[in-house]
Amino acid sequence: MSIFETIRFAVRGVLANKLRSGLTVLGILIGVAAVILLVAVGNGSAKAIQASIERLGTNTLTVSSGGVRQSASATQNTSLTTDLVSALSDRNAAPDVKSASPVVTTAPDATYDGVDHTIAQFVGTTPTYLPAANDTVSRGTGFTDDDVKDARRVMVIGSTVAQALFDRTDPVGKQITVNGTLFTVTGVLADKGGSGFNDPNDIAIAPVTAVQESLTGYGPLNQLLVQATAPDSVDAAQAEVTAILNQKLHVANAASPPYRILNQSQLLSARQDSAKTFTVLLGAVAAISLLVGGIGITNIMMVTVTERTREIGIRKALGAPKRTVLTQFLVEATVLSLIGGLLGVAAAVIGSQFTIVGIKPVIVPASVALALGVSVAIGLFFGSYPASRAAGLRPIEALRYE
Amino acid sequence: MTNHPVLEVRNLVKVYGEGEAQVRALRGVSLTVERGDYVAIMGSSGSGKSTLMNILGCLDTPTSGRYLLDGVDVSRLDDRQLALVRNRRIGFVFQAFNLIPRTSAVSNVELPLAYAGMKAAERRRRALAALGMVGLADRADHEPNQLSGGQQQRVAVARALVTAPALVLADEPTGNLDTRSTADVLAVLDRLNRSGRTIVLITHEDDVARHAKRLIRLVDGQIVHDEVLHHSGNTAVLT
Repeated sequence: MSIFETIRFAVRGVLANKLRSGLTVLGILIGVAAVILLVAVGNGSAKAIQASIERLGTNTLTVSSGGVRQSASATQNTSLTTDLVSALSDRNAAPDVKSASPVVTTAPDATYDGVDHTIAQFVGTTPTYLPAANDTVSRGTGFTDDDVKDARRVMVIGSTVAQALFDRTDPVGKQITVNGTLFTVTGVLADKGGSGFNDPNDIAIAPVTAVQESLTGYGPLNQLLVQATAPDSVDAAQAEVTAILNQKLHVANAASPPYRILNQSQLLSARQDSAKTFTVLLGAVAAISLLVGGIGITNIMMVTVTERTREIGIRKALGAPKRTVLTQFLVEATVLSLIGGLLGVAAAVIGSQFTIVGIKPVIVPASVALALGVSVAIGLFFGSYPASRAAGLRPIEALRYE
Repeated sequence: MTNHPVLEVRNLVKVYGEGEAQVRALRGVSLTVERGDYVAIMGSSGSGKSTLMNILGCLDTPTSGRYLLDGVDVSRLDDRQLALVRNRRIGFVFQAFNLIPRTSAVSNVELPLAYAGMKAAERRRRALAALGMVGLADRADHEPNQLSGGQQQRVAVARALVTAPALVLADEPTGNLDTRSTADVLAVLDRLNRSGRTIVLITHEDDVARHAKRLIRLVDGQIVHDEVLHHSGNTAVLT
């Protein structure tokens, strides 16, 4: 009997019992789809965490005042000043520092054309702040060093502020009243994404001099934002910044400085560690579901083929050689496994289009190959193993099988 | 070749199980069946007649003894050759019909031809002809569960004779059938025998046995009675 003929027999065998075939296909479908989707959800959430970290800017240090107060040198002024900014920007003393930006923040009320909005973060700084904070101007322009020198009242606003005050009108060139002072909008920042409690788009950035003059007064700076030359020189930059600050602020006890340095890359690696743990956890869950799915496939294949031991006996009694019977069952198992597996992949692809518990799944190609490969292999083995056992029996033993 | 008897068994023994639970189903059966013969084997339940039949049909192997089919020692054949023998030389009719479920009558009848490697069109033609012989040409596309017991058994007979085997073995072919269906099936077997086929049939009904030319009685795995029945036109007498 030719191979083609055997394949036709197998297809007829699959079609002859639609319920049994349907259930087998369903079992494989669920096994494959569950594994792919689970891994996709895990991957999606890891990707989401990574994206939110990258939005923060990964090569920056934040220096804030208010470390441990040193009673012995209480008379010493340890507040952060603009003098420190120029000291940190010294290429010779700090070769790994790309830029240092002063930061004063306030949260003033802004009004435009009768509309009120409290800006969550009104930042007074220098133009170097924008690249350091991973901000880009999407419309209009930013402000310049000259604007800082002349204390011009100009500002760029985040998309949330633009939306709140201007709705659909173009904010560029409009004047906003901020706590009674007029500021001219020169540009709008690109949407940084993110949501929830800390909206990164509810922000306005203006020259530090103008902000101090009209809003905060000439007190100490809130923070210094230091950008390293590259992500992997952040640690070197931190050492240089520490040395300069200790010298400038006359820190006697280096163990308890009057300032704090927050290293963004440390935060990043901590978050990446947790993302890795998460991925490993989901990988374990996926492995278990692959195992469970595999056992399901094993079950249904064993049952359906063992159930047909009698049929195998009849076929042998009619003169079917062992090889022909085996080929038929192998082809049947292949057809069922492949249809089930491919439908499972299709189901997973469709399922990944939807947001699942707040996470947008991202399919990992390797998981598709793994799930499909393992399921089809299990389907083939447990579809053909009982068939080969039955085909190896004497016909009368297979016929008597109940 | 032609001077060999169709089948010849010598001192056939079949033992099931071991130790305490050992059952000796056949205790040395010797039998020769010539071409064109029509043999009925009778015996009570447990007399070993089904065991004998399964060995004759190459479905089972004897514990000891020789079985020559057309002069060939069956015990020397490998799996492939045995499949060939079952396919070409023997047509087997089971008491329980043993049709493949959810598969049409004509597909069931085609099956031995397919395993013999025949082309689809020729196969279908012969299968329909065989179904015509048993009077079921109009039921070719019915599945087994849409047929009555008698019709299913006639499909099984058609399947047994479609390869034109020299030997037709029937294990209580009428055991599950009513009188009318029994007559139908026996008429088919009689016609087969008249066309020269050798038939060996198991039964426990005297009416059925009376169709045969030779009657063998088995008791406790041994032949106790072997007689040639002299009659002709017996079908007319019975129907």
